[in-house]
Amino acid sequence: MSYLQGLRCQRCGHTLAPAPVHICPECLGPLELVYDYTAMKATLSRDAVEAGPPSMWRYRSLLPVGDAPVVDLGTGLTPLLRADNLAKALGLRNVYIKNDAVNPTSSFKDRPVGVAATVARSFGLDTLACASTGNLAASVAAHAARAGMRSVIFIPEDLEQAKIIGTAVFGTNLIAVKGNYDAVNRLCAEAVDAYGWAFVNINLRPFYGEGSKTLAYETAEQLGWRAPDHVVAPIAGGSVLTRITAGFEELQRLGWIPETKVRVSGAQAAGCNPVARAFQAGADRVQPVRPNTIAKSLAIGDPADGGLALNAIRRTGGSCGDATDPEIVEGMRLLAETEGVFTETAGGVTVAVAKKLAQSGVLRPDETVVIYITGNGLKTLEALGASCGPSATIAPRLEEIDRVLGSAAA
Amino acid sequence: MATVTAVRIRIPAPLRPLTGGQGEVTSDPGSLKDVIAALDVAYPGLKDRILEPEGRVREFVNIFVNEEDVRFLQGPETELRAGDRVSILPAVAGG
Repeated sequence: MSYLQGLRCQRCGHTLAPAPVHICPECLGPLELVYDYTAMKATLSRDAVEAGPPSMWRYRSLLPVGDAPVVDLGTGLTPLLRADNLAKALGLRNVYIKNDAVNPTSSFKDRPVGVAATVARSFGLDTLACASTGNLAASVAAHAARAGMRSVIFIPEDLEQAKIIGTAVFGTNLIAVKGNYDAVNRLCAEAVDAYGWAFVNINLRPFYGEGSKTLAYETAEQLGWRAPDHVVAPIAGGSVLTRITAGFEELQRLGWIPETKVRVSGAQAAGCNPVARAFQAGADRVQPVRPNTIAKSLAIGDPADGGLALNAIRRTGGSCGDATDPEIVEGMRLLAETEGVFTETAGGVTVAVAKKLAQSGVLRPDETVVIYITGNGLKTLEALGASCGPSATIAPRLEEIDRVLGSAAA
Repeated sequence: MATVTAVRIRIPAPLRPLTGGQGEVTSDPGSLKDVIAALDVAYPGLKDRILEPEGRVREFVNIFVNEEDVRFLQGPETELRAGDRVSILPAVAGG
């Protein structure tokens, strides 16, 4: 059964029945989903979750999918790795990595898309679509293939090769747009009115975002049904950070984890930092910027949920920082060298900002810290370029090893 | 060829009940805020959906002039010329 009651405007409170819409017809504010938490609390349990499948769908009762067969690639229940080596490098004691780089299409996007694809099918829509910086593109194309649906995907033309090939391979209609992500986004906002497609991050946005809550659910379960003290998540459109925050609050509301305040901190690239800038300036609104960063998956100059992310950060006592391109590459290498996890540039941003927040005392040694790694390093090899390669090239003779390794060979 | 004298304004679906279902309307040139005020006379209620009472563009509404966000121009003071194309759009999520 579904605990979904309907849609509600986050701005004016206007309510609607569940439908593929994302904008309040009264005030143009964003719509969010409303659930019957009383019924949820009375009928759902942690035991039932634990007996569920080893994927995000163990939480399906908390998601707006009803009894529909889900579009499933085996997403979620990704490793929560205790990261003592990284903790030491950051001067912290209790650090965990939630490694969402290992999802079916190598990013966290499989979570929201799994929900959106399922909901699209329930609404009788036959075409999945999106505006994407790359990770969402691959996920939408893969889920459409799995569901036997058509897909139309819009990306900026300058994306990394792995993201283009890793999307096109699923047999989608991949359309490269001359312009940055914000231009793609604008085009798609116009297209949603003109075509009857399920744009997962536009007209299905209220449903889509909910999938990212499973990042919080899984973290809590993997910590033994408790919330961490502090989380660090990247900010592009601002949705994942706000959904992680909501996920922990929801579990507390259900009585599944103890009541604790989870501090939520955000990470942006210095070349696209509208939320970090607003946070540091004490501004009440997020002003758009023109992105220029190697972290292309975070290069959204006008984040739709930027204001909500800013509120979540302030409300929970978190912070928001940014990282330059060299710091992003350093962050990617730090995580890889300390914990064996290869993340894309967005993860480099998150690690680099976590490092700064630890240095400034925002992340404290007494806190249990979870760092969300949302995408796979194989998608952004260009960012590392010549800095990663063989340390030597030798003839196949034993003495050559000694020659190039010297005392390190011993 | 006919001379273009009007500004064209694209209306998003949620606001079309106010424009009698029209997806595009036209106005004489002027500042963006004056154009919106003029549209509000023809299509009452439109202004309130787009601007805050004190005049700034609502948080969840984006306005583009020839594909440029007005926040990178002069906001509601942005001057619109004949032939300009204005697009009013709700904010959208990331990806």
